[in-house]
Amino acid sequence: MIGVEHYVVVSSILFVLGVLGIFLNRKNVIVILMAIELILLAVNLNLVAFSAFLGDLTGQVFAMFVLTVAAGEAAIGLAILVIYFRGRGSIAVDDVTRMKG
Amino acid sequence: MTIQVATFYLFAGLLLAAGSFTILSRNPVHSVLWLITAFFNAAGLMVLVGAEFIAMLLVIVYVGAVAVLFLFVVMMLDIDFAEMRAGFVRNFPLGVALALVLVAELVLGLGAYQAGGLALPSQTVGAASLAVDNLAADGSSASNTAAIGALLYSRYLFLFEAAGIILLVAMIGAIVLTHRQRSSALRQNVSAQIARRPQDATRNTQPGVGEGVSL
Repeated sequence: MIGVEHYVVVSSILFVLGVLGIFLNRKNVIVILMAIELILLAVNLNLVAFSAFLGDLTGQVFAMFVLTVAAGEAAIGLAILVIYFRGRGSIAVDDVTRMKG
Repeated sequence: MTIQVATFYLFAGLLLAAGSFTILSRNPVHSVLWLITAFFNAAGLMVLVGAEFIAMLLVIVYVGAVAVLFLFVVMMLDIDFAEMRAGFVRNFPLGVALALVLVAELVLGLGAYQAGGLALPSQTVGAASLAVDNLAADGSSASNTAAIGALLYSRYLFLFEAAGIILLVAMIGAIVLTHRQRSSALRQNVSAQIARRPQDATRNTQPGVGEGVSL
């Protein structure tokens, strides 16, 4: 019998994987952005599971809003990445502090 | 083991495996492909609990738009990815320690909840009455999509419009950030074209024999 606990466990593990991905790939912004997407996916899974568990559709509506913000965040992040690469020829995060001005 | 349980474990296992490969893969292109796999399996998990609208939205928005955007950027930028991996081993202990702390916290929270949880004193007009007048996720005759639509266009109408504004701002921001004005590019100057008159542009000449026209 699958309960809401199973969903919470799966989304917790996925969330931790996302955080771990940010720490392991500290130099690669693209993989960091993908790890953020994994974190947001875990949040969405949690919202949907509790929405079904409580019989309340609000969770699914808010999962949609999370999806919207995640899409916007990916677009802006990748745009910043492209102009950063255009200016410097690399995407090493360590040099981002020189980006002022 | 019923088909539902087997499907749950299949989707959950593939989701976690794909998530692990996303963050561990050496090649970012492979990372994106594993991310797509993870999104598909998460959509499967959502279909299992009857949230088919969000699941399809996940496939359309993430696989169709965001993952393709990632692939596009990864393939467009010419990056030395071997050099990017340099800090991987050095960051590994810190990352694993942080992940273990997070896992311990989540397990502790779940265990405490299953042991009875905190009984917070609640106002009677709180969550219980809110859940009743919302449309039920299942049990009502309307489909999931129709129920979400009824909720989205009534109670969450302003939030829905705010989400649209967020997307608009993100679109304008991405265009403004990446747009590049090149002076060498040939552009169409519409006002100059419209303001051009025949008497400014043409000239009648009567060249003599063997002289030609000086332009």
